[in-house]
Amino acid sequence: MTALAYAVSDSATLLRRNLRRLRRYPSLTLMLIGLPVVFLLLFVYVFGGQLSHGLGGGLADGHAGRAGYLNYVVPGILVITIAAAVQGTAIVVAMDMSGGIIDRLRTMAISRSAVLSGHVIASLIQTLVGLAVVLGVALALGFRPTAGPLGWLATIGVLTLFALALIWLAIALGLAAKSIETASNTPMFLTLLPFLGSGFVPTTTMPEGLRQFAAYQPFTPVNETVRGLLTGTPIGSSAITAVAWSLAIAVAAWAWARWLYARRQPNA
Amino acid sequence: MMRGSAITASGLCKRFGETTVLEGVDLEVEAGTVLALLGPNGAGKTTVVRILSTLIPADRGTASVEGHDVAADPGGVRKLIGVTGQFSAVDALLTGEENLNLIADLRHLPKAAGRARVAELLTRFELTDAARRPASTYSGGMRRRLDLAMTLVGSPAVIFLDEPTTGLDPRSRRTMWENIRGLAASGVTIFLTTQYLDEADQLANRIAVLDRGRIVAEGTPEQLKRRIPGGHVRLQFASEAALACAAGLIEDGSRGDQDLTLQVPGEGDVASLRHLLDQLDDAGVEVEQISIHTPDLDDVFFAVTGHAVAGDWSASGDEVPAS
Repeated sequence: MTALAYAVSDSATLLRRNLRRLRRYPSLTLMLIGLPVVFLLLFVYVFGGQLSHGLGGGLADGHAGRAGYLNYVVPGILVITIAAAVQGTAIVVAMDMSGGIIDRLRTMAISRSAVLSGHVIASLIQTLVGLAVVLGVALALGFRPTAGPLGWLATIGVLTLFALALIWLAIALGLAAKSIETASNTPMFLTLLPFLGSGFVPTTTMPEGLRQFAAYQPFTPVNETVRGLLTGTPIGSSAITAVAWSLAIAVAAWAWARWLYARRQPNA
Repeated sequence: MMRGSAITASGLCKRFGETTVLEGVDLEVEAGTVLALLGPNGAGKTTVVRILSTLIPADRGTASVEGHDVAADPGGVRKLIGVTGQFSAVDALLTGEENLNLIADLRHLPKAAGRARVAELLTRFELTDAARRPASTYSGGMRRRLDLAMTLVGSPAVIFLDEPTTGLDPRSRRTMWENIRGLAASGVTIFLTTQYLDEADQLANRIAVLDRGRIVAEGTPEQLKRRIPGGHVRLQFASEAALACAAGLIEDGSRGDQDLTLQVPGEGDVASLRHLLDQLDDAGVEVEQISIHTPDLDDVFFAVTGHAVAGDWSASGDEVPAS
């Protein structure tokens, strides 16, 4: 076997291990998928009626009334699903690093990248399952996307790319954390960021400083792109910005994570 | 029969921040033999294992395993070694069998051969009944056995065991010793660290004593034990008169006038003990208390370093070898 074949086989082995661990620890996955579902119900049924009234003109066509607000908010909920899922990634990575097993793996002749890529792929699967569940709930509540097959494919592509970026970031945060508690706290800002963007209300309703921030932070273009692809609102330059942000975060976080993993000290 | 060196280290130095852990460690382990690195907590034993097993780099000095330099060719070293650390290196969420299968797959054993090896190791380490239970439900001894079994999956030529019996109950400790002896008999090179002289004595061909980051003594267990003052029997008397009388009878005893004791060199075997007591009995000298002291790590340390293990020698004042 070549070095690449070994790297693929080692990553697959560690992926199987990570998926098995996620199955043995189902409460984490349930909590991470439960959070966006609760947000969805909360925003549609508790705030939705009032928000859609107040925003009236601020919302695009087809986004009026509670049913309309559901169409408006689902992309934001999908993005928050990713943010919540990667919190689990950071926790799982920190748990792994605090155990002795990682030191054993580091004394074995396995591909250096396999440990981290095993985590990335497992997290991506977990995130995609979460997105599917949340989308299923949204459809059951009456979410009516207008996207065709290409639109759906593009949506999956944008969400997957953004998920990969945040997963690498969470892996780096998990590696950087001194404890599992820290690892469960540091990625929390990711769950907060969608609220400071266009996910729940249009940024035009925000005060000046916040609007500026909302316009330039990475969640907003991803949100706008997904909303445009699914419900036909204008996308403009959001798609390119979303892809650029995703790639930039992914590459920077990947480099950071690899550096952290390489210089990691064994457990005391 | 010489097979050459399996492990060599020369001038290994390591600092962590302000703390100097290793100050020039030289070691050599002949292939197919067991070396015990003996030392107290904080002597730097684990750091030596971590450098030799490629987990951390040395600041200075070189080391190689089966001819592969640990710094220049860590991949070559990793193919040959198995490491059982001081801290459990099992995946607690996986079952024993899954843990072993994981390592078999990462060692790239062919599927059938890997599963056969796993079944064999489960049997050998008496884990077959617990094979399908998560490792988190295992007792300390079972976990340690699983840990060692995982180390052996790929049949490594060189095995590092960092304090393999620390924290185990006496029975599990015996079982672990049996396992290690079996490994040594199969021709594997074993690098073992321990704080216990009896463990090193039982298992090792050679012992190296590590103190404050330096090797302060090295040799076979016999060579090392010859440097220890040896055991003694300690007799405690009720009165100065009794002590004086006993000291008159037993010529090689050393008197402790303050605490009314007499230390008699000897291993404390039944025959010599009976002889000693008979002598005193015949003279009508009453012994209040008797205790037997066998040499341990403290004595080795004192003998080779001139200072005590914990730095607070007075706490065990009556254990000071007679000078």
